[in-house]
Order: sequence, then structure tokens, then C-alpha cells
Amino acid sequence: MGWQEIAALIVVFAPGVAAAVAGLGQRVLGDRGAMAITTGLVLAAAGAAASLFFPLVFGTHAEGAHHETLVLATWIDVGPIVADWAIRMDTLSIVMMFVVTSVSALVHIYSISYMEEDPHRARFFAYLSLFTFAMLMLVTADNFIQLFFGWEGVGLASYLLIGFWYKKPSANSAAIKAFVVNRVGDFGFALGIMALAFMLRAPDQFLNPDGSVGADYLALLGVDKFSSVKFDTLFGAIRADALVQPFGAATAVPIQSVTFEFLGQYVYGLEIVGFLLFIGAMGKSAQFLLHTWLPDAMEGPTPVSALIHAATMVTAGVFLVCRCSPVYEHTVVAADIITVIGAVTCFFAATIGLAQNDIKRVIAYSTCSQLGYMFFAAGLGAYEAAMFHLFTHAFFKALLFLSAGAVIHGLHHEQDMRNMGGLRTKMPITWGMMVIGTLALTGVGLPAVEGLHLGFAGFFSKDAIIETAYASHDTFAPLAFWLSIGAAVLTSFYSWRLILMTFHGRTRADHHTFDHAHDAPVVMLIPLGLLAVGAVFAGGVFYDAFVEHHNEAFWAGSIYRGEDNHVLHERHYVPLWVLLAPAAAWVSGLLAALYFYGLRAGLGARIAASGGPLHSFLSRKWYFDELYNFVFVRGAALLGDLFWKVGDRAVIDGLGPDGLTAAAKAGAGGLSRLHTGYLFHYALVILLSAVAIGAFILFGQGRG
Amino acid sequence: MTLISDLQIAAPEILLSGFALVALLVGAFAGDGSSRFLRAFSTVVLALASLLAFRQVALPPEAAFGGLYQTSEFTSFAKGVVYAIGAGALFMSGGAVRRDGMERYEFPLLMIFASFGAGVMLSAGDLMSLYMGVECLSLSSYVLAAFLRDDLRSSEAGLKYFVLGALASGLLLYGASLVYGFAGSTRFDQIADAPYSIGLVFGLVLMICGLAFKASAAPFHIWTPDVYEGGPSPVVAFFATAPKIAAVVVFANVLFSAFGVMEDQWALIVAVLAAASMLIGAFGALNQNNIKRLLAYSSIGNVGFALIGVAAGETFGTSSILVYMTIYVVATLGLFGGVLAMRRDGKNVELISDLNGLSRMKPALAIALTALVFSVAGIPPLAGFFGKLMVFRAGLQADLLWLVIVGVISSVVSLGYYLRIIWAIWGKEPAAALDPVDFGVGVTVVASTVITFPVLVIWIGGLINATSFAAAG
Repeated sequence: MGWQEIAALIVVFAPGVAAAVAGLGQRVLGDRGAMAITTGLVLAAAGAAASLFFPLVFGTHAEGAHHETLVLATWIDVGPIVADWAIRMDTLSIVMMFVVTSVSALVHIYSISYMEEDPHRARFFAYLSLFTFAMLMLVTADNFIQLFFGWEGVGLASYLLIGFWYKKPSANSAAIKAFVVNRVGDFGFALGIMALAFMLRAPDQFLNPDGSVGADYLALLGVDKFSSVKFDTLFGAIRADALVQPFGAATAVPIQSVTFEFLGQYVYGLEIVGFLLFIGAMGKSAQFLLHTWLPDAMEGPTPVSALIHAATMVTAGVFLVCRCSPVYEHTVVAADIITVIGAVTCFFAATIGLAQNDIKRVIAYSTCSQLGYMFFAAGLGAYEAAMFHLFTHAFFKALLFLSAGAVIHGLHHEQDMRNMGGLRTKMPITWGMMVIGTLALTGVGLPAVEGLHLGFAGFFSKDAIIETAYASHDTFAPLAFWLSIGAAVLTSFYSWRLILMTFHGRTRADHHTFDHAHDAPVVMLIPLGLLAVGAVFAGGVFYDAFVEHHNEAFWAGSIYRGEDNHVLHERHYVPLWVLLAPAAAWVSGLLAALYFYGLRAGLGARIAASGGPLHSFLSRKWYFDELYNFVFVRGAALLGDLFWKVGDRAVIDGLGPDGLTAAAKAGAGGLSRLHTGYLFHYALVILLSAVAIGAFILFGQGRG
Repeated sequence: MTLISDLQIAAPEILLSGFALVALLVGAFAGDGSSRFLRAFSTVVLALASLLAFRQVALPPEAAFGGLYQTSEFTSFAKGVVYAIGAGALFMSGGAVRRDGMERYEFPLLMIFASFGAGVMLSAGDLMSLYMGVECLSLSSYVLAAFLRDDLRSSEAGLKYFVLGALASGLLLYGASLVYGFAGSTRFDQIADAPYSIGLVFGLVLMICGLAFKASAAPFHIWTPDVYEGGPSPVVAFFATAPKIAAVVVFANVLFSAFGVMEDQWALIVAVLAAASMLIGAFGALNQNNIKRLLAYSSIGNVGFALIGVAAGETFGTSSILVYMTIYVVATLGLFGGVLAMRRDGKNVELISDLNGLSRMKPALAIALTALVFSVAGIPPLAGFFGKLMVFRAGLQADLLWLVIVGVISSVVSLGYYLRIIWAIWGKEPAAALDPVDFGVGVTVVASTVITFPVLVIWIGGLINATSFAAAG
């Protein structure tokens, strides 16, 4: 076992141990003990992850990163379904490990100060570590089952943390909403795994007499053991376009040509699998139609929003799509759906962000929008660009959230930007951090200068995506391109609006709050500083490795691209105006924000007060909550009422428990009346019974 | 066959009858003052007889006294349980006997005679000895039921029991004479060889009616609630346990050994009796507030469950009957220990509401009674569950699915009143405090609880093996 394996074990299990110890032993350890153990172990995990990640980028390992899977134990072994507990150590996993553990460690440190006054700190830290562990199980899975385990684990941790302040009714309902909406997605995901297990079956002619899969088939797939839920088996089969024979099918068909009848249409099997898996990704990553839970999730403590609902968990959907790049490279419809949903989300969420007043909700919609960028990049085949944006976004979005947390902390839990303003002098460091985050988010940098990597993190990753959208030949690429340009304008507008409303102008906070406003303590500022370094440099430093010259060597096959997918290369040949368009977008957004909230301060508030239809449409979030409430919640309640009142109460209870007990009581009453206590009645019963039995036998004889 | 070997074969019964005759003389001369001593001695002798009977389980079946008397593993095991349970019932009766004015030397001796009668009818190889045993048990029981002769309810119970019992004995005797007339013999093995005739069937039917009365199977159960309610509690504790298993096993033994070839004729009757007993036991108890009456219906229902084993026939049912009845009588003995413990201000109380809040007054007794009630109701992991499992399995093996379904439904319904007891013990506010529990009652309740859980649960495989001789032999 080399140092990589040991490091991987530390990365995955240190947070798990931390969660178990802090969660089960919080009474013994006390708050300080629990915080020290969780933070220390997660820091160790982050160190170990860094030791895996940096050699990939800078070290000698850059050529041909070593790909291996550390199998810890076999979990399920049933015929063709074999799932191990494993740590897959390819570039994709290692990038995610680094992002998850580094942001998690910083959030742990930040929370020590942020949650200082909370009586349940130990529980909070245990949940944070539990989340980290589950997320690491997710990203290191080598099969869909373990991935699903982690997927549900992070969902659980998210639910627990959104509802952490369980005495607040709004937090409870937000937690339930997040859980329920994710169930919709997870249902699709589970169906996707089942469809895969159904489709991916070795053909009869390759089976040994004992039912095991023959060696020549295994060699074709390039695996040691056949398992329909393992990535290697599936990807090997797709690459080789191997014959598969779905359950119940008479003949074997190449996997890329397998079709199923679905709603009267014949659909390719891979399209179905890809589509269903994407449904899961939509739920987890809050994409259009399943996005409603993410803004409400801001009811959780702010460090949670930074870690789970910005930097890591919500990007799991993007990770899943990139992990399944071999599937999406051989689908047309599923990939197009991803592109369209991603493009729509990136624009749609940005429009809502314009009209929100809660500082965290603005950033939440921004997250939603940025996830849309990642998705349509992946849908267009630029998985590397999607992962790159995921990587940089983790830093600057965590920075924005934690800065917002510092503001909220400094104002004693005030989150409404209408009650802020003028805070720059009171909290200059926080202001600086927030500006750095905003510059990174809006993608400020020096475009169109070859070889000179000058710009904030978001500049590199976002512009790469926008260029890709222009260069791609996909039908929906122009839609994605124009929506993403539009979203960039809006992003810049709402981000600067946030800065201006919070830090500039005359204060709207009450005297007491404003006088006591102050920068956060140093324990909170350190993580902010480190994230700011990431927000500034993560783009330029890692640009080459992720999407430029070294990307083939860096990814080392962990992301698959079809033979005719050169979109990442073709983006170098886009016209100059495409390179300048994002810069124009952020400049125009900035100017508009300055006009509305700087020069003519109060104009925005007046527009909001006038209650115009466009503003209310945006501030009510396109009425999605109302629509879902009406269709699903009310509909489900009506249906439930029907089943409850008519089905359960009248039919089942009436004829079942209630009816039966009534009948039993009546029967018992009748029996009691038979017991008169008179001896001659008893004798009569006995004699009549004897006669009846005798008659029964006699007539039985006659019949027989 | 020598006399010595005959006596050896009948050793448990010889011991009991010899002791009883001597003790009768002692009592007649020493008067009621010797009652305590005789009761203690009788307990020991019953326990000894139980040991002797269990020893015979391992011996090969033998006949004695010209075929009037025969042993088999099936009946020897039942006899062992009968005597042991009888000893337990006598052991815990002490306090109640003293306080309720039953301290007479006849009391233990009548228990001995009743047990002796049960032993004889179990060992019967002939209609004559069967009838002798039944009558010996019955006559002793009538007297025991009316033992509190100054008490109106006790006398009424004794009288009702006597009149109806005489009627049932008449049916049994009439059936026996018909069988003798058509089969030409009173010996079981010769009846089994007799040619089929409608008269023989009619005799069989009448005998089933008589035996069903003794086992209190519906619709011949009708005396049971009144006698249980009116009889003195220590006596009812005995009725509900030792004679109960004896009656069920005799029922099975007569049908299996004398009428085995006619199984087609009687299996359906027995199945109908079983179904009726289970349903009446379940529904009849729902409205009862008196715990002794409730336990009477419970015993009717449980006899019904045991009769599933009888209806399943010799091949499938034998073991299940013994397992079921053994577990049942052990738990029932403990439950009646609980009834004996229900005294307030020196008086017996018998309503379910008198158990209110027992969990807070006497937690140990409350836990024991809860375990016993759950066992009788057949809730896993208590022993009673395995008993029910065994009879249901036997029923399924004999293709009596409908009967098993009736059994399951009755089980569910009967939970309705078992849970009322539990609810009173744990869920209600305490009533006035109960008097302290007698030593003998305490020991018996604890022993019966420990046997029900966990001893018989752990040893259930052993019990099933120990009673599976019929299938093996």
C-alpha cells in the first residue's frame, strides 16, 4: 500500500470517524472536544487530499496519473449485481476529494466562531463531518450503489442541517421541502440504476455453464469481474460497444443500439439510463423545475449554506454527469435535455436573483444559476470545463456565503438587505472579501490575451464554458450561448446590487445595530482569507491542467470524450467578439447596478414598491412555489383526503377494524345472553349439540 | 404378566392411591389439624408421581391388568405434566385455603384423587378403565367445586357441575355401550379391529360429546364460565390446568388408539368443535369483567387450539398437542397465581379493574403477569407463540387450512381482551393497594413465568423432540 492509498483512506475515513465520535460521544467530549476532534480530523483529511491533488497538477504524476481503485470490502454480490465498498482514485474523484475536504475544513474552522453561542454546537459539528464523509463516499464510489449510498447520505445530512434550528417552523418546513423535492430526483436516479442493471447483462453465448460471465467477454470489457452497476463494466461495454442481452430479451444487441419500448416509442436504452440519472442530478443540483428547495434551504446556518448548498453537495449532480461521460457521449436526446435545462436554469435563476432582498437568497439563486452553466457545459460535451467551473465556483461561492455570514453575524442575524447599507466602514475586511468573491463570480479578467493568465477564478472557468457554447455544433448550443450571456449580465447586476445595498449608501439599519456592527473575529476571517486566495488564483493556476494544454494528461481518461467531440479545442477558434462578450456583460451589469443603486439610490426600492407585474413576477420567483403548491401539494392533499375519508375511513375502517369490532362486540353480547345461568338451558344446549353432531354424521354418511 | 410387573407399570397411580388411602385414615383420626401436614405431603407425593411418570416416557409401551391399563410415551408424558402441575396448584393454594376456611384434610386428598383419576383415564386401554378414571376425576371435581359449602356461589357451581357432568357421563357411557355392542369388545385395540358399522359411529359420536364436555370444548363448554367464576380460586386454578391437559390428551388418545381407522369420521367433527371453541373462547370473553370468567373463556379457546392438533390426526398432531397444552397449562397456573394474589383488605377481588395500576404497586407481579398473558395470547418470543405455531403447522400439514385461518382470526380477536388486562396493569391509575402476595403464590408465579420465558423458549427444540415419539415410532 503506497502513500496514495493511505492518503485516500485518511481522506475518506477521518471525517467518518469524526462524525461518529463527535455524534455519539458529544456528552462525554463536550462542545470544545467535539469541535476540536471534528475540525482536526477534517483538516487532516484536507491535507491528505491536497497531497493527492497537487502532484496531479504540478508533479511528475502529471503524465499518466495513476488510476486505481482501492476495494475495501464487498457489499453486495448477487449474480450480475456486484457492489464493493471502494475508493476510486482517478482524477475526477481526486478533484472532488480536494474540493470537498478543503472547503469543509475551512467551514469547520469558520463555524467554531460562527456557532459560538449555539447550545448544540457538538451536534452541528457531528452533522458537518457526517456530511463530509457521505460526500466523500459519493465521489469515491466505483459503482452506482455506493454512489447512491453517498447520495442519500448527503441528502440526510442536508436535511438535518437545514432543520438544525428545529425550533423554527420555517427551518423544519424547509428541511422537509428539501427532502421531498430530492425524493423526486432520487426516484429518477434509482430508476436509472435499475434500468442499467436491467439492460447491462452479458449475452447468453458468453456465459459459462455455471452462469458466470466468460473470460473473453470480460476481456472485451477490460474488467476482472462483471457487475452491471460498476462504472468500469458499463464504461468498458460502451467503449467496446459490446453485445448485451437485457433481461428477457431473446437476442444480444450492441449496447449503443439497445432499444426499449417506452410510452409506445422505441427509445435507446442508454438514452433512458442517461435521462433517469439526470433526473437525480436535477434534484440534487436544484435545476429548473426541481430548484424550489434550494432557496428555502437557506434557513439552515450560513456555514451549511456555504458548504452544502453552494460548494459541494449541490454540485454532485454535475459530478454525476461528468462521471457518466461515456453514457452522455453516446446519447443525443439526454445530452440535449441537459443542455436545455442547464441553459434555462442559468438564466431563469439569475432573473429571480434580481429581485430578492434576503442576502442569502440572492447568493442561493446565484448558485442555482452557476450550476446551470456547469450542466449545459457538460451537456455540450465540455465535461472538463464543467468540472473546472465546479472547482473555481466552490471557492468563490463559499467565500460569498461565508462573507454574507460575517455580515449576518455582525448585524445579529439580520438578513434583509433593505435593513443594511453603509457597512463598508464598519466591516472593511468583510467588504473586501465580498468584492473579491463578486469579481470572481462575475468573471472579471483580461480576455483575448493569449498566454497571459490574468483574471479572477470565475473568469477562466465561465468564459471557457461560454466559448464552448459558441463553438459547439449542437442544435441547442446557440440557445445556451445567448442565455448564458444574458445570465452573465444579470449575474453582474444582482451581485453588485448586493454589494451596493449592503455596504454602500446611507445605512437603513437601526442605530443600535449599526453602531454595534463590526468585522468578524479572526477565526472567521482566516477561512475567508484562504477562500479569497482560491477565488483569485484557482482559475489562472489550474487553467492549463483542467481545460488547456495539459488536460488530456491531467484527466487521464477519467473523463471520456467521443472521437468527434473536439469542442474543448474548437473554442480557441471563436471570433474575438465572443471573447469580449462576457466582459461586456459584466461591465454592463455593473453599470446598471451603479445607476439603480448608486447614482439614483432608492430607485430600486421605488420600483419594488410600485409593485409592477415584472417585479412581482421575479420577486415571487416566477410563481413556482404557488404553482407547485396548487398542483402538487393541494392535489396530493385532495387525493389523500379522498383516500383517507372515503377509502380508509369509510371502506377500510368501516368494514375493517371498526366494523369488525362492532360485530365482535355484538357477537360477544349475544354469547353472553346465551349464558342465562339456568341449568336446564345448559342441559338443553348440550343435548341439542349432541343431536346436531349425530345428525351431521348421519347425513354426512347419506351423502358420502 | 405377573402382578409385580403390572404394579410397576402402574407405579405412579399405585403411589397416589396408596398414599391417598393412608392419608385418609390419618385425616380421619387426626382431624383437620393434620391438614397442613397432609397438604405438604400430598404436594411432595404428586411431584414424586410426576417423576415416575416422566421416567416411563423413556420406556417402551406396555399393557397391564389384562389390557385394561396401558402406557405409551404420549400418555406418560401427559401424566408427568398433570402431576407436576397438580403439585404446583396444591403448593400455591396454601394461603388461600387457610384464609378462606378450606383448611380441611379432605382438600389435598380430593386433589390427589382427582389427579389419580386423570392418571387412570390417561392410562386406560379399555372403555371400562377409561370410564373409571373419568368418574374418579369428575366426582372429586364436583366436591372440590362445592368445597366452600357455606358459600352460595360455590355450592351453585358444584351443583351445576355435578348435574351437567352426570349428563355428560351418561352420554359417554351410552356411547361406550353402543361401541361395545357393535364392536364386541371394550378393549381399544379390539375396537380398532372391529368392522365398520353405523352403530359404532354413533357410539363414537356420543363418546366424543362426553369427552368434549370434560375438556370444555364448545358447544359442551357451557358449564365452564359459571363453575370457574363460582368455584374457590385454588380449586379453579387446579381445574384449569391439570385435568384440562388430561382431558385433551385422553380425547386424542381414545380417538387415535381405539378409532384410528375411522379418522375420516371424527376428524371433521373435531375440527368443527375446535373452530367453535376458538371462536366462542375469543368472542365470549370480550364482554367479561370478571377475571376468572375471562380465564374460563380463555381456556375454552385454548382447548380449541389444542383440538386443531387432534383434528390433524395422529401422524401430524401428537407432538403439537403436548407442546401446546404443556406451555398453556404452565402459563395458566401462573395466571391463576395472579388471581390468588388479588386480595384487598383480606377479601378476594376478581374484576379486571382490580388490577388497575398493578405495575406501580407490584412491578414484579405486573411483569410476570404481562409475560404470561402475552404467552397465552401467543405473542413471540414467548413460549405460547411456539405452541400456536406447532398446532397451526400440524393443521396445515393435515390440509386443514380453513381451521388454521379460523385459529388465526380467533387469536387476533382474543388479543382484544388479553390486551385489556395488560392495559389495566400498565395504563390505568392505581386502585387501592393489594395485600402482600403469599410465598407459595409468588414462587409459583415466578417459576411459571421463568419456564414460559425464557426456559421453554430456549428449550423449545428439546420439548418438540421429547414429544415427537409418535412420528418417530
